[in-house]
Amino acid sequence: MSVYALGEAQAAAQRSVPRVRDRFPGLGRRVHGQPLVYLDSAATAQRPESVIRAEVDTHRHHHGAVHRGLHQLSAEATELYEGARARVARGLGADRAEAVVFTRNATAALNLIARGWEPHLRAGDEILLTEMEHHANLVPWIQLARRAGVVLRHIPMTEDGRLDLDRLPALLTDRTRVVSLTHVSNVLGTVNPVAQIAAAARARGALVVVDAAQSTGHLPWTLDSLGADLAVMSGHKCYGPSGVGVLVGRPSVLERLEPLEGGGDMILEVALDRATWADVPHRFEAGTPNTGAAVGLAAAFDLLDELGAGWIRDHERALTGDAIERLSALDGLRILGPRDPDGRGGLISFVDPRVHPHDLATLLDQRGVAVRAGHHCAQPLHRALGIGSSTRASFGVYSEAADVDALIDGIRDARRYFA
Amino acid sequence: MSLDALYREVVLDHHRNPRGREPLARVDAHGHGVNPSCGDDVTLELSLDGERVTAVSVRGHGCAISTASGSILAELLDGGATVADARRLAATLKGLMHGQAPPADEELGDLEALEGVRRFPVRIKCALLPWITLEQALDGERDGAPVSTEDAERGERADERDGHPHPGA
Repeated sequence: MSVYALGEAQAAAQRSVPRVRDRFPGLGRRVHGQPLVYLDSAATAQRPESVIRAEVDTHRHHHGAVHRGLHQLSAEATELYEGARARVARGLGADRAEAVVFTRNATAALNLIARGWEPHLRAGDEILLTEMEHHANLVPWIQLARRAGVVLRHIPMTEDGRLDLDRLPALLTDRTRVVSLTHVSNVLGTVNPVAQIAAAARARGALVVVDAAQSTGHLPWTLDSLGADLAVMSGHKCYGPSGVGVLVGRPSVLERLEPLEGGGDMILEVALDRATWADVPHRFEAGTPNTGAAVGLAAAFDLLDELGAGWIRDHERALTGDAIERLSALDGLRILGPRDPDGRGGLISFVDPRVHPHDLATLLDQRGVAVRAGHHCAQPLHRALGIGSSTRASFGVYSEAADVDALIDGIRDARRYFA
Repeated sequence: MSLDALYREVVLDHHRNPRGREPLARVDAHGHGVNPSCGDDVTLELSLDGERVTAVSVRGHGCAISTASGSILAELLDGGATVADARRLAATLKGLMHGQAPPADEELGDLEALEGVRRFPVRIKCALLPWITLEQALDGERDGAPVSTEDAERGERADERDGHPHPGA
């Protein structure tokens, strides 16, 4: 039953954190003898029972090859798979299911874009990225630059971890063919003013690509709200399965994107020496897809809708604000990114002058606290900040104030240990 | 699994007061190693007199384990070790990380204190980093690319597949 059908008091109870936590079986385990404190949702979110069940039920009861067989199981699998596409499209505010291309993950989607847009680019054309990108939104473009001779430019960051928009006019020119940037930084937590940059980019006729891997499931977005032509996300970061991601795009843009992989299921007709492509989105989905994962992702969007974007945002903002305040009280700790929780997603990276991130992560792990330590696949960002690595704590719908308590206690303990 | 097995007092001491951090006036061999999983890096310099190591410098950005491992390396090589000694110690450290007992007659010094790292598999690369950088310096590979702990680990796993299993690995 949807919360929208409940009275407001019941709905609020349904969305209380303890009730939400009950839906995530992974949170119940112990690590090194301690109750798990999961603060690594930005790397991969824990999965709710509903997603696990949707995926397993697909394997158990409806396993057939999609789009192929004429038998009942194949028909059921096709219906589930295409139903999942429609559900995901609705979750992302797309008006047609065909706007959604299933990929392996956000990385695969970005590679598809960088490859697929190559026919429209010439040597000397410019691609505008930012200094705060994840490697997934850097390396495919570096590969493209090597192949096609396009020039990469990057919007730099301000000291407090925002994009330096004063530099935008000089960087965004008539040579700029593509602007690709992250919605929310996976290290700084910064929510970028994507719509503003996108408007400037579109005025120059550039394609706008948004990496929404870190925002999906935390901040609501649509192609229109971002002003994007194409956007990508990963299922496993928004409570869905791994092995499925999404490229969502404007139909006219998807039509102009060259398929990256050829094979079965992506063709209209094949002769020995030529082939024509199937319609969008099937031309981008060569081979047998991961049906169970797609169905699981649809179930994740059901959960997000049930909890409500407003509740999720309020919950994560409150936790993030509280955590920033308490981490700031630790003498000397450097918090990366903006201080104001309104301008951030639900994650905080920091550097302790006394304890290296790896050592801190090991000590926290011994206490059952899971954080990420390292460069978080964003080496240029760390270099720009003059550091090699950082520790990151990230929140999900199930995170609670006690998780922040455990983090703070762990940092204090690590400082004593290495004193 | 106790943290104190990983961070023995000897290791913490090397971490707090790392040896051999000064750049060398004369550099006869040089290595640069990175751990791509965390961004840590090590720069290693050697002064050589024929087959003898006359001075060592190990610098970089690293966690307590990689800093201590580099410091222990500097200490072990600084007492007039030969190139052969250096290679043997590197092989011994790698063996330790895969649960192999060190040769009975080996003078391990503080290297022994890193033995506990083996029980924290995600930290093995941290201990390896200075030592694979040493091997690169001794091999004289100068193609400009740093040596990576990822490659080192992949190499070790390939060895295992090739029928040289590491006991306890």
